[in-house]
Amino acid sequence: MDITVPNPGLPLTCSDMVVEDRPRHLFRVARRAFTDEQVLEQERRQIFDRCWLYLGHSSEIRNNCDFVTRAVGGRELIFNRDRGGAVHAFLNTCPHRGSMVVREKRGNALSFRCFYHGWSFNVNGRFASRFEEGNYGKEHYGGGCADLTQVPRLESYRDFWFVNFDRNAVPLDDYLAGAKEYIDLVADQAEVEMEIVGSGQQYIINANWKLLAENSIDAFHGFPVHSTYFDYLQNIGSLRSDGFKARGMSSLGNGHAVIEYASPWGRPIARWVPSWGEDKRELVERIRQGLIQRYGEERGLRIAETSRNMVIFPNLVINDIMAITVRTFYPDAANRMTVSAWALGARDEDHELRKLRLFNFLEFLGPGGFATPDDQEALENCQRGYRNQREAAWNDISKGMPRVGPPNNDDEEQMRCFWRQWRQRMTGAA
Amino acid sequence: MNADANLSQGLSKDDPGLRARIEDFLYLEADLLDEWRIEEWFALFAEGATYEIPPTDETDPATSLFYIADDYVRLRERVVRLTKKEAHSEFPRSQQRHMISTVRITGVSDGVADVSCNFVPYRAKRGVVDTYYGKHLYCIDCTTSPWKIRSKRSVLGMDMLYPGKLTIII
Repeated sequence: MDITVPNPGLPLTCSDMVVEDRPRHLFRVARRAFTDEQVLEQERRQIFDRCWLYLGHSSEIRNNCDFVTRAVGGRELIFNRDRGGAVHAFLNTCPHRGSMVVREKRGNALSFRCFYHGWSFNVNGRFASRFEEGNYGKEHYGGGCADLTQVPRLESYRDFWFVNFDRNAVPLDDYLAGAKEYIDLVADQAEVEMEIVGSGQQYIINANWKLLAENSIDAFHGFPVHSTYFDYLQNIGSLRSDGFKARGMSSLGNGHAVIEYASPWGRPIARWVPSWGEDKRELVERIRQGLIQRYGEERGLRIAETSRNMVIFPNLVINDIMAITVRTFYPDAANRMTVSAWALGARDEDHELRKLRLFNFLEFLGPGGFATPDDQEALENCQRGYRNQREAAWNDISKGMPRVGPPNNDDEEQMRCFWRQWRQRMTGAA
Repeated sequence: MNADANLSQGLSKDDPGLRARIEDFLYLEADLLDEWRIEEWFALFAEGATYEIPPTDETDPATSLFYIADDYVRLRERVVRLTKKEAHSEFPRSQQRHMISTVRITGVSDGVADVSCNFVPYRAKRGVVDTYYGKHLYCIDCTTSPWKIRSKRSVLGMDMLYPGKLTIII
């Protein structure tokens, strides 16, 4: 390798960790970016404290007084709807002495009560205890200093709620930029609204979080890693090679990127495959026709036929593939992440289609699927391979750089979008 | 139908010796898994059988997202996949040992036994030991010879999936 390699023994700044050499069609990322705890510390400050982070979906707190607790960006949060239906995100810590106030994963409550000393709060966050006179002054009751702390910014787009810990962040709408078009392609699948199905999956991967961001929009690895999945589709008669023209890859701004391509698999909305049986054919066709009626031939078929993998920087994945998965992942350490993955479907979805959606989800996705475990294996192998970084210091993500015209979906331009944004954020330039 | 199967027709859950025979059956299953004799393991299942690992708090695979919800065909395909070198997460293959305890027969009807037992499989690979634990719920058809599993549901006793993947049969 003739690229200038900084001496691996020397400190490397985050700016040096991403090297783009356009004339020579080279793009390299230092493996140190995946292993160094100091880099992670800087990511917490520069990325997770400043970017819009996915909190949850409206459907998870459909009714007034519903709540969900969730770890987001290194914080413990309460995502809830108050008695009037307004949505909140609170830091799940008692203003008194710090204990987490809500300890259940989800529920419905008229108030929150900290079990440690009994401080209580309305579900709009206001201090609600009534202690005898002499215990607390009026600042506690009226001044807000005993209220639950709100997350500085909470905004939503099409029922996807995001938080930002930076009060001065750009509005969510601006931040999402081109990603909104692709969220629309998902949100528009429902006539009423989309919903998260059930409770989701949570699992650990012993690898740096950025490896999953890369992997989630990486079409290059599809056939080498997932040949057993494609064999399976073939065996059961679910592989359909006919289809829409592949669309390629789009940079969506702010580090977000998407790949869009013809689906080799069936889609409950709305691409039938023979293994589903003739009885489902009509049902799927009806959904398909409905999409065409609502959105016209081109957009309707685009929703029905093509698959899309999207990363919204830094760590929200919405993959609209053989089912829709919404996925976030947070670093516990440089070499370990916790993944949360949910299935999304139309709320008014036909029972049989819903069944099919979940069946389809599980054949590829999740820790027991026919594909995700092999992704996990790949990521953990990378992390392990980085032990060699003193002698082998760089990842190569140059694929497609010499290509004239738009990138292919199995090029690596989408990862380069991620890494350019990462470098900007880490160096404070964004 | 052979003599053994005839005997099974009149089974009741209080039959002395039935639990021991069921334990033997479960130990056979565990041994096949430990030894990666996974095709023989699949042969323990009746046609139309299901194999499921639900999330920790919901139970209907038609309306909630499971970890695994295999019908008979997908279970077969799961086994086919695991025999391939390209099932990368199990290449090279992990080592495993399945522990079973607290075997209880919770009901018998028409020769089909409902059985529950606790489980702890250990999976070792590249210096990492994954532990899973929970309760298996079986429907075992004792009217056939050999007996056949009609359904197996492995309910995790864990609040999240710490090992990250479910590539071995727990």
